[in-house]
Amino acid sequence: MAPKQKKKSSRGKKRPKPVLAASEDMEPVNMESMGHPEIYPLVLTTKTQEIFNCRIDEDVTDEQPYKLIKKEDIFEDLRNRAAVSDFHPVKKIVQEYPGNELLLVYDKDFKYGLNFYLIATEEGKENYLNPPEVPEEQEEYKEHIPEDVYIYKPPVSKPWVSLGSEKEIEEESVTESTKQITYMISRKRSEFGAPIKFSDQNASSVKDAYIECTAYPDKNFTLKQLEKDVGMQVIPQIKDISTQTKWTYPKNATTQYYPREFSEEEKETLKQSKPLVDFLNNASVSVEIALQQNEIMNTFIDDWKYLAEEEGTFGDKTDTYLKEYQSFTDLHSPMEKMITCVSWHPTIYGLIAVSVAVRLSFEDRVHFSDKLLLQPSLILFWSFSDPIHPQLMLESPDDIFCFKFCPSDPNIIAGGCINGQIVMWDITAHADRIENIKAGGSRSKRATLKPMFLLEPESNKEAMYIRHCAVSSIENGHKKVITDIHWLSDTFEINRMGSVFENRSGICCQLVTCSADCTICFWDIRPQKPLTPQTTEKKKEESIEIPFDVPSTFLHLDLSWKPLTKVRLSKGETSLDHCPTKISLNEDHLLCKTQAQSKTEKAEEMNPYHNLESGMANLLKPIDDFCTKFFVGTEEGEVIYTDWKMEKDPETGRLMSKKPVSHHTIHDGTVHTIQRSPFYNDIILTVGGWNVAIWKEGVMMASVNHYFEREVKHLEYVEQRKKIREQEKKEMELEMAKKKVKTYQKSKEQMQAELKMDYENYLELEKTVLINLGLIKVTEKGSYMEVM
Amino acid sequence: MTPVEETLKRIQSHKGVIGTMVVNAEGIPIRTTLDNSTTVQYAGLLHHLTMKAKSTVRDIDPQNDLTFLRIRSKKHEIMVAPDKEYLLIVIQNPCE
Repeated sequence: MAPKQKKKSSRGKKRPKPVLAASEDMEPVNMESMGHPEIYPLVLTTKTQEIFNCRIDEDVTDEQPYKLIKKEDIFEDLRNRAAVSDFHPVKKIVQEYPGNELLLVYDKDFKYGLNFYLIATEEGKENYLNPPEVPEEQEEYKEHIPEDVYIYKPPVSKPWVSLGSEKEIEEESVTESTKQITYMISRKRSEFGAPIKFSDQNASSVKDAYIECTAYPDKNFTLKQLEKDVGMQVIPQIKDISTQTKWTYPKNATTQYYPREFSEEEKETLKQSKPLVDFLNNASVSVEIALQQNEIMNTFIDDWKYLAEEEGTFGDKTDTYLKEYQSFTDLHSPMEKMITCVSWHPTIYGLIAVSVAVRLSFEDRVHFSDKLLLQPSLILFWSFSDPIHPQLMLESPDDIFCFKFCPSDPNIIAGGCINGQIVMWDITAHADRIENIKAGGSRSKRATLKPMFLLEPESNKEAMYIRHCAVSSIENGHKKVITDIHWLSDTFEINRMGSVFENRSGICCQLVTCSADCTICFWDIRPQKPLTPQTTEKKKEESIEIPFDVPSTFLHLDLSWKPLTKVRLSKGETSLDHCPTKISLNEDHLLCKTQAQSKTEKAEEMNPYHNLESGMANLLKPIDDFCTKFFVGTEEGEVIYTDWKMEKDPETGRLMSKKPVSHHTIHDGTVHTIQRSPFYNDIILTVGGWNVAIWKEGVMMASVNHYFEREVKHLEYVEQRKKIREQEKKEMELEMAKKKVKTYQKSKEQMQAELKMDYENYLELEKTVLINLGLIKVTEKGSYMEVM
Repeated sequence: MTPVEETLKRIQSHKGVIGTMVVNAEGIPIRTTLDNSTTVQYAGLLHHLTMKAKSTVRDIDPQNDLTFLRIRSKKHEIMVAPDKEYLLIVIQNPCE
């Protein structure tokens, strides 16, 4: 019940203003002007408040701002205090008040001007105490009605009141100022329909033929273009200045500058500054990304290009995986040498025998034959402990093309010469020397005191020339170079017919050779039965004086050795024959029994080779079922499988060699190697030209493959490659190869193979050193010493 | 260790990094791992180059800006991270 809510409409009750006594100066002012005629503002002093119990904020509060005061009380107060009483101004109203109690309201907000006001009517009191909500609501409702519901009132026409607008209309309207004149033009009647004649006329020639209204530029109507569509571009300010200087006093002037730098303190302060920290944090991210990118891969390398470079030169002679282990140099021969055959010593470890030949064509041989005679053709024995000095040097009448150690006795060596002779050596006397190779180190040390080439070869303790024991007969043997030589196994022997007999002697006593004169010869090292006694006697008379140090093992054979049988490889009707290069015999030997037997018979300790004669006397048991066939590889690249058994030609009665069982032309070039597989005896490997072929005996089919990955024994395969290299005619190395001797740590086979390979891998180097050595011995001495 | 030193040390420890340096906007080196003369040379030259590169980029497109500059040479790679006030220069040898 705030005073604000009290919205009382004027009831329209107008009370006549009470006429007050003249003693009362003021009339009670009511709030008629404010619409509340019954409200009489009052000032109540504190005392009055106390009397009537209407103290501000104690009895009369905001919640209850009114107080009902009895009329009698007011009268009493009036009587007591008369003019002092606060109610004095409203005395009259109180007297006239119909009711018993008057309402006194505290006017906190001084709405009516004073702090209290009195309500003089009962109605007012009632209205205050019980604010009439219903009539108020009705009144509010009444007020809203005109806003919500619009009652349409059609416009009522009113008479027009002129406000001066018709004058404007008059001014603006367009009216004809003058009366329009009307003309009527007509043509003469007679001319209508008359024939008309048109003619052309030049308008400019006839005067007044036409009337024109020439255009002229009227200044009133010319438009001045004030705006133009133009493109604009900003260009930098350019200044072109040039000067010509006059250098009156030419003087060289230099400027020197040093860079600006921060002092240490400044650097420190800057380091601490926040912008730097922030900058580093931001920048380091991208920098690290870039760094990592570079670490991951290098985008500018062309991998393909670098891949190609690794291929190197095609046909590189030095195999990248095989390194030359050791090379042996022969210091004696001035001419170019080539190695024709290589063989390991069968029993002694680390000893290799090499046959060297002079590298000359046939013509040159003939040309230099006088010189060649002076030079001994040698087989050199090298030991790995001494790469400079050969242990032994076997001398032969001519260059050896191939040689073999005798399987039964490693001191017997058979070699085939270029001229077709077979040469035999017996090095039994020097066997102890080569057996103690390893102890040769001490010897070599002693020898370094003297320059080597000054010594005579004979007095050189390291190597000895060993003369051959026997050579075959020149007339009866091969006519051309012997290309291959093999010892026949000690389990069998053959006779002149080619039939196989058991070998009682227990030693290898027969050889087979093939030569370029298209024959294959079988030789027996035992002394032949004297067919013609005269010849032997003759021979003995003509015996050449043999040097004392040559053993007499093969004396019987010397110069009179004839082959046992000759097998001619003929190509049928044509006169051309096959030139065999290599042969491979069937090594299928059944016969350990016979071997054992024969060995027990021979209980002698003597070297059986020295007692060859005894072997011949026995009757030998023929061996049946022996395969007498063998493989031959020829110069043209053919592989022939033929038989060595001779058969009797029915017509002439002579012994004829059989025709070959089969032959195949497989290889492009000369057959370099024929080898038997160590695992399967009937698998043959042939190498020739550019390809490699594998054969199986009995099944004459070859499987030709260029790169075969067979599980051949390491040694076997390497042996073959060695032979290939041989035929490629490498030069001997002439430089001093100062390679360390590796200790024998690897397995024997592996090392052997490796060593073979390395030995064969002679690099092509200059030859000058050796030639010079041969010719100029004195001056080179110094360098030699240093190098040694 | 200050964060500045840590960051620089981390960058320097990458594989192949030859040198690191921090240069202010005028080309005066603030921190470096190389010797003085090399640093000064690098700072002066690379500062010019970075400015040129930045102006190039902005000339083409004014709303673009240079964020990173990498110069790959035969021997090594120079990386420049520019900023309003500073330049971070790193020299790396990327070859394996």
